[in-house]
Amino acid sequence: MSDPSAPDGTPGLPDEPAGAPDAPAGPHRVIGTPSPAAARTMLGERAGDGEAGDGPLPVVRELPEDPPNLRRAKKAERLVAVLFILSFLASIGFIAAYVGLEVGSVDSTLRSNLALGLSMSVAFLAVAVGAVIWVRHIMPPVELTEQRHPLASTEENRAAFKETFSEGAEASQFVKRPLLRRTLIAATVPLGIAPIVLLRDMGPLPGTTLRHTVWRKGLRLVTYGANTPIRPGDFSSPGGMVTVIPEGYQDDPDALAAATAIIIKFQPGVLQPPTVMNWTVDNIVCYSKICTHVGCPAALYEQTTHHILCPCHQSTFNAPRGATVLFGPAPRPLPQLPMTTDADGYLVAMSDFHEPVGPSFFERG
Amino acid sequence: MSIDRALDGVGRALDDRFHGARGVRVLLRKVFPDHWSFLLGEIALYSFIILLLTGTFLTLFFQPSMTDVVYHGSYHSLDGVHMSEAYASTLNISFDVRGGLLMRQIHHWAADLFMAAIFAHLLRIFFTGAYRKPREVNWLIGITMLVLGMLEGLFGYSLPDDLLSGTGLRILEGVMLSIPVVGTYLTFFLFGGPFPGNDIIPRLYIIHVLLIPGLLLALISAHLFIMVFQKHTQMPGKGHTNTNVVGQPMYPYFMAKTGAFFFFTFAAVALASTFVQINPIWLYGPYTPVGISAGSQPDFYMGFLEGTLRMFPSWTWDAWGHTVAWNVLIPALVPLGLIFTGLALWPFLEAWITGDRSEHHLNDRPRNAPTRTALGIAGITFYGIFWAEGANDVIADHLDISLYLTTEIARYAIFIGPVVAYWVTKRICLGLQRKDLHLVEHGVETGIIRQLPSGEYVEETRPLNDEELAGLAIDYKARPMLPVGAPDADPHEPDVPPPGLRGGLGKLRLRLNKAVTESVPMDGHGNGYGGHGNGHGNGHHAEEGESVTVRSGGQNAPSGVEGGDGQSES
Amino acid sequence: MSWITARRRRPVAGYAVVLLGLILVGAIYAVITGSGESSASTTPSASRAQILRGQQIFQQTCATCHGLEAQGTAVAPSLIGVGSAAVDFQVSTGRMPAKEIGSENGRKPAQLNPTETKAVAAYIASLAGGPAIPTPAEVSTSGTNAALGQQLFIADCAQCHNFDGAGGALTDGKYAPPLTQATPTQIYEAMLTGPEAMPVFNNTTITPSEKRDIIAYVTATRVTPNPGGFSLGRVGPVTEGLVAFLGLLFFMVLSAMWITAKHRKTADE
Repeated sequence: MSDPSAPDGTPGLPDEPAGAPDAPAGPHRVIGTPSPAAARTMLGERAGDGEAGDGPLPVVRELPEDPPNLRRAKKAERLVAVLFILSFLASIGFIAAYVGLEVGSVDSTLRSNLALGLSMSVAFLAVAVGAVIWVRHIMPPVELTEQRHPLASTEENRAAFKETFSEGAEASQFVKRPLLRRTLIAATVPLGIAPIVLLRDMGPLPGTTLRHTVWRKGLRLVTYGANTPIRPGDFSSPGGMVTVIPEGYQDDPDALAAATAIIIKFQPGVLQPPTVMNWTVDNIVCYSKICTHVGCPAALYEQTTHHILCPCHQSTFNAPRGATVLFGPAPRPLPQLPMTTDADGYLVAMSDFHEPVGPSFFERG
Repeated sequence: MSIDRALDGVGRALDDRFHGARGVRVLLRKVFPDHWSFLLGEIALYSFIILLLTGTFLTLFFQPSMTDVVYHGSYHSLDGVHMSEAYASTLNISFDVRGGLLMRQIHHWAADLFMAAIFAHLLRIFFTGAYRKPREVNWLIGITMLVLGMLEGLFGYSLPDDLLSGTGLRILEGVMLSIPVVGTYLTFFLFGGPFPGNDIIPRLYIIHVLLIPGLLLALISAHLFIMVFQKHTQMPGKGHTNTNVVGQPMYPYFMAKTGAFFFFTFAAVALASTFVQINPIWLYGPYTPVGISAGSQPDFYMGFLEGTLRMFPSWTWDAWGHTVAWNVLIPALVPLGLIFTGLALWPFLEAWITGDRSEHHLNDRPRNAPTRTALGIAGITFYGIFWAEGANDVIADHLDISLYLTTEIARYAIFIGPVVAYWVTKRICLGLQRKDLHLVEHGVETGIIRQLPSGEYVEETRPLNDEELAGLAIDYKARPMLPVGAPDADPHEPDVPPPGLRGGLGKLRLRLNKAVTESVPMDGHGNGYGGHGNGHGNGHHAEEGESVTVRSGGQNAPSGVEGGDGQSES
Repeated sequence: MSWITARRRRPVAGYAVVLLGLILVGAIYAVITGSGESSASTTPSASRAQILRGQQIFQQTCATCHGLEAQGTAVAPSLIGVGSAAVDFQVSTGRMPAKEIGSENGRKPAQLNPTETKAVAAYIASLAGGPAIPTPAEVSTSGTNAALGQQLFIADCAQCHNFDGAGGALTDGKYAPPLTQATPTQIYEAMLTGPEAMPVFNNTTITPSEKRDIIAYVTATRVTPNPGGFSLGRVGPVTEGLVAFLGLLFFMVLSAMWITAKHRKTADE
């Protein structure tokens, strides 16, 4: 390791015991202090391992008192003063804007945000610019050099540490008494596991929840938002698509997160297997809206290509053919909801989906 | 003078109790080197402080509850709409609390700046080799903070429970479900049941305002302490050695500069919050699992994961009643895992390859470490392609490129891009090194044209001065520091490689070492680049260890400049 | 060293690199931006001397592609039964007459004035009926339920047009256009007739009252000022991220460069 002390011999070996209680007040010189010119580039530290101790540091003046060009500094000072006053005014402006400008509508919020934000920005920016001009043009330019200390401790200190640590380990008898050691370790294991166990009641076990939705036989399909049931005769324009939910569940987001679906109307002859034709009504087919990739609503329907596109990650499903996957990361087609009509002619489900909806999970199979 | 009186009064009182005179004095005189790239970490630090301040303000008004309410507040377009209390309280902050919208926007812009600054800071540390011994632990702390920052941001912008961030939570749920064996359990425990449940927002809230900020505060403190204790690195330059720090003292210079920089950061964020709208949740609407918007993206620091999910094909295994959704698992875990693990291991890997175990306090110029720089650019390309793919529908819409084509291009580019980037960057670095060599040997052009008696025009060059020469850091030589054959080598069996280079792993290490330490030698020898430049040779070849001389005779590299190799342990 | 490296100092080397770069970027961009696909459809509506005038205009302007009796040809679909609403939408938004066969038609300045447009619409409607142009009462936004409009918009429209109607990408170069300039009538007509790839939301699926709610929501939201500042097109986090890097971080780097710049010595020092 290179010697961290300055080439010309740093003074500063402690000539007082550590923690001397009555060190003289005021600066004092130590024999061999380098002259100020050389000291300008040295921060004399104690020779040795460089660790903080209580020996005195040499007192040398390293920073020039004044900048070299006093006239320029004076001009800069005036500029900085103007900036600080500007900041002061802007801060006052901020408080005034807060007190004076109400919110409570989009327009008033816009005004208030503009006023508060602008005054705050000016206040901060003026201080920032002023401070930088101060440092760069008013404070005298200076360049100091500080020596690095070797980070590794000396061999003596390392040996001493080793000694102390081993002493303690021996005195604790930890190493010598395996019974003690092993039972201690055994004791900490369940203690460490207990906090994790405490988290068990954060939620219910999944059970078979993910395999079912709320759809069941006879439950009507209604349009989301309006909650009106649908007759096939009303949903009669080929190329039509609308979001549907089970009747009565419009305020139940948990149910909707699994049960939301879309219905699409086709021209005759377009729907084909693997679409289950028995589950369609009058060329209307119902698919789950929950994408089988990671669960976004797959709702983008292109009337011309008959593609259902999920806008999240662009999984594309072939609507006339059982919503099979054409492109993208989805692994499975959108499940199809078995549909029929009830006595009043409205579209109803025949049963729940015949497979779990939504993203894959380990127990899905 | 009043300074003396204050010091005699308060100063003595403090010192009597806390013994600070020597220690604080050392701190006051601590030298901080000056380079603009050293302030990138400070941007992150000050953004964090701004986040704490504005975040505290927001907690005074935000309700972290998913209870359903009907809105009748100031934003009339949503009057009568059902929404969670969290969303309603965010609307309240935006439109019914003075300064509320400004605080929300400052908080969000500061979060974006925090993450952007961390990225920039990480890249600076990487490309200058500042992660090398003794700073490996600080590097690991930094990566941990990067991950924590990403999570903190994700949870933070999910708190208002709007359509955009709720979609993000839905995707999070879908990803968690795909985890084999424990996925469904973890998901149900986190959400308190099936999605969306009633618990996720309050739970994210406490993680966002208490747990992660606490961790970040502790890590930031450790990060700063280590940096102050080990002293900052410095750029190569005149008088800069591996055993000193040259710059300005903390008091009053650096204090003032860093204070000013805090105000710059705050001013920048405040300006953005005044003039550029961010996260207008009133336009997104409250979250409903039924709806989705085109062009749904997370905040930019999560965009990488969005891209991986979009890019990956639909691979899945269904067997024996169980499903393993590779199409979700691999994109969610592998690319990010590769990047973070690679970053974390890199200091140790590089040390193993180069055999370099010395302390480094002088930064490298990126061109002088061509393999590291090339790997870094390749990594950025890898990350960047995923990042761009995350926005592929916005790109497709605004640049008129077919949607599927963007994904298909990305699927090929992700493999080809990093390789091309690596190769191109490495050649550029080597080319820049050659340019430096040329400067050293032939000097700098002065723009002064002279006519020779023969009629020929020639441009005068001047040798590099001390500062320029030091700044080039040309004393960096390819340092194959592996003990190849010496000094461990047994003199009786010189062909037996030393322990570190035996076996398959050892041979791999040697090959990697040759690749990593390939560079243009500053003494004109070796590495296959053929003698002395491109034939300009004036017949002078520097001998090993001799400093390079420049044409107009006599300009030697200053002897005070040391390389970073003076500290190797024997 | 390789022959390229040996010639790297020639003056032409720099130009060659720049030229190569330009060619490469241009070629890549030309390959990947393509034209999208298309389909078109329109519908007609009612009235008398208008119909004759409409037929005249139709035969001059539209028959080339749609056939003399609007029966359709190889390049354009039949307009029989599409209704006046479809014609009014397509022509008043300038999509028809189409400039280019086979690409998605975007909004352009209308080529026919409103009278001519109504005439053509009436002619097409006279052929076989179809959805009619809505009356002003049908597209009025007074007395509407914007909350319901918001719900319907989010469930059935935002996935293509974006939460704010800023538009979005579809497959194969198609796109859902932004709704910033659509009039209430055009919005109604688009929902009713399902132009190009847009689905059809007929009046028994989304009732006229619900359509007015949606129109109210769209028209109110798009004129809502942006209290937080410039909206960056209301695209979302993508543009916000760009601003964070290119604006905020860049500004901070510039200020860092200023703060740490070396003090220049002047003549007085």
